[in-house]
Amino acid sequence: MNILVCLKQTFDTEERIVVENGKVKEDGVKFVINPYDEYAVEEAIRLKEQFGGEVTVVSVGPSRAEEALRTALAMGADEAILADDPALFGDEYTVAKVLAAIARQKNYDIIIAGNQAVDDGSGQVAVRLAEELGIPHISTLTKLVVEGNQVTGHRDAEGDEEIVTATLPVLVTAQQGLNDPRYPSLIGIRKASKKPLAHVTLADLGLSEEDIRPRTEIVDTFLPKPKEAGRILQGELQDQVKELVQALIQVEKVVG
Amino acid sequence: MADPALVEELRNGVRKICSRFPGSYWRDLDARRAYPEEFVDELTKAGYLAALIPEEYGGAGLGVTEASVILEEINRSGGNAGACHAQMYTMGVILRHGSEEQKRRYLPEIAAGRLRLQAFGVTEPTTGSDTTQLKTTAVRKGDRYIVNGQKVFISRTEHSDLMVLLVRTTPLSEVKKRTEGLSVLLVDLREAVGKGLTIRPIRTMMNHSTTELFFEDLEVPAENLIGEEGKGFRYILDGMNAERILIAAECIGDGRWFIDKAVRYAKERVVFGRPIGQNQGVQFPIARAHVQVEAADLMRFRAAELYDAGLPCGAEANMAKLLAADASWEAANVALQTHGGFGFAEEFDVERKFRETRLYQVAPISTNLILSYVAEHVLGLPRSY
Ligand SMILES: Cc1cc2nc3c(=O)[nH]c(=O)nc-3n(C[C@H](O)[C@H](O)[C@H](O)COP(=O)(O)OP(=O)(O)OC[C@H]3O[C@@H](n4cnc5c(N)ncnc54)[C@H](O)[C@@H]3O)c2cc1C
Repeated sequence: MNILVCLKQTFDTEERIVVENGKVKEDGVKFVINPYDEYAVEEAIRLKEQFGGEVTVVSVGPSRAEEALRTALAMGADEAILADDPALFGDEYTVAKVLAAIARQKNYDIIIAGNQAVDDGSGQVAVRLAEELGIPHISTLTKLVVEGNQVTGHRDAEGDEEIVTATLPVLVTAQQGLNDPRYPSLIGIRKASKKPLAHVTLADLGLSEEDIRPRTEIVDTFLPKPKEAGRILQGELQDQVKELVQALIQVEKVVG
Repeated sequence: MADPALVEELRNGVRKICSRFPGSYWRDLDARRAYPEEFVDELTKAGYLAALIPEEYGGAGLGVTEASVILEEINRSGGNAGACHAQMYTMGVILRHGSEEQKRRYLPEIAAGRLRLQAFGVTEPTTGSDTTQLKTTAVRKGDRYIVNGQKVFISRTEHSDLMVLLVRTTPLSEVKKRTEGLSVLLVDLREAVGKGLTIRPIRTMMNHSTTELFFEDLEVPAENLIGEEGKGFRYILDGMNAERILIAAECIGDGRWFIDKAVRYAKERVVFGRPIGQNQGVQFPIARAHVQVEAADLMRFRAAELYDAGLPCGAEANMAKLLAADASWEAANVALQTHGGFGFAEEFDVERKFRETRLYQVAPISTNLILSYVAEHVLGLPRSY
């Protein structure tokens, strides 16, 4: 079974984040594998252990993402592809196009990605990729069963569980709870440095800039406003209700 | 030379494991003086304790440089590598001096974590640092040795399957040099307890699973002799440089943990209308402790580099241990002082780490004995002991 895992390196959201000139400041920031993608890597390795085959991990991102790919290799993936040509960077549309071009280079039976990246939280790339490739997808999985050609996915549907079946090839995305990712072992870390890691460029993928031109633009990036102290309304209940309605219309502008 | 990318990966790998074992985990164990089974299992499963075992015996075949980074990171995370560091290096005596059969029999099992060899019995109650005077004897009777005597402060015997034991096989009166006539036996603790070996735990000021051992006609198969009879002291000395470097790294890890903790607290704690860290009286001692830790770290890597290149490193390994143990102790003291009364409260972990790092002034070798080594062997001063 050939498995492709889409992986993004993100900053660790448990660390303090500083925004400077409309961008998250990168120096001093700790980068990790996007936690949802870590479940994807683990699931892929488990499938490989069960059925044999190869796990390829792919990332579209800057050269620092190599570290995240090496970690996935240390966990047990077999080879890695890093699309670190800046000409390949853009929005979710771009990334899905690039990933599709990479996915077409080999016959993958199953593609696993995280349900979303914790940095931008858009949750679009994987499902766009499935559309690009014209294959079915099942998202936010908490359990995955593969039997022959048949795939059964238990998906987290906003707190409910939905059971969806599909046939290979399929794309699935991982939700928290899918598995408990292993630690890279020491021997794994040693072997990882000897496993193949290919860098690909726009030209390698036979894409043109126009093919992958982003469809969206980031205008600004800012941190949520620190929470201000609330106001406690005083006086007669009737007056409080009036005051509250007023405030909702005029100050908070949530009722119009 | 160690590959910097690999070293970084190792750091990240160990940090990842440690992140699942926060201060509260160690605090709880400390209160119960319990062994960190779960942590040690995770570390073992991930193969980190097999770092120094060659690949042909199932280990990772790494050097002391990389191994030291692993232990450093454990302590730097607030944990205590003392619970398992010996699983890394005690096997060294089998690797260097054991027969091929012994190596094939034990090393792959140790590498896989199925066999724990992390007890090392040298110290005795009546002779202490004066190792060659030790009184525990082993007398050969046919295909076995009969062991009698007593050891003290032997750590992790209750959490180990095997123990490397230093005994006298030829009486002092019959050898030319006092360093002769000592031998190394591999004792199977699973079989020995209750059949000539009694283990009695010693409660110490920190959680270190240390014990007292009583040997009464304990039978050890002669095939468990490591190397040649009578040459054991040299075999033990051979392993000491690695141990010194690894312990130095743990101290560096402690030092960095203390400095981080002190810096964070000094920035946050506001009294007299300003963060305490704004006072030079508070920040200078922290800065000084940091300088000492960084300096000690250089000596540690210098010693490790020599060791891994197969070059003599006795002086550097000893100096690294002394500098690092001093630096971590200074950092501990500074962290405690910076925290004021809160440093004494268990939930800050400072008092626990303070107790833990204090050990390295005394064990596995006390500071004075390092100074006498440097005085005699590096500076050529007369032997003082
Ligand atoms: C928690 C813990 C765990 C331990 N684990 C182990 C273990 O697993 N295996 C093991 O074999 N041992 C272990 N030890 C023992 C440790 O190695 C010894 O405590 C240490 O070597 C010192 O020996 P001693 O305690 O007999 O002190 P002593 O030798 O009695 O020394 C007491 C003091 O006198 C000083 N001193 C002695 N002689 C001289 C001299 N000539 N010049 C100047 N100063 C001198 C020493 O530096 C020390 O400060 C452990 C000890 C502790 C506390």
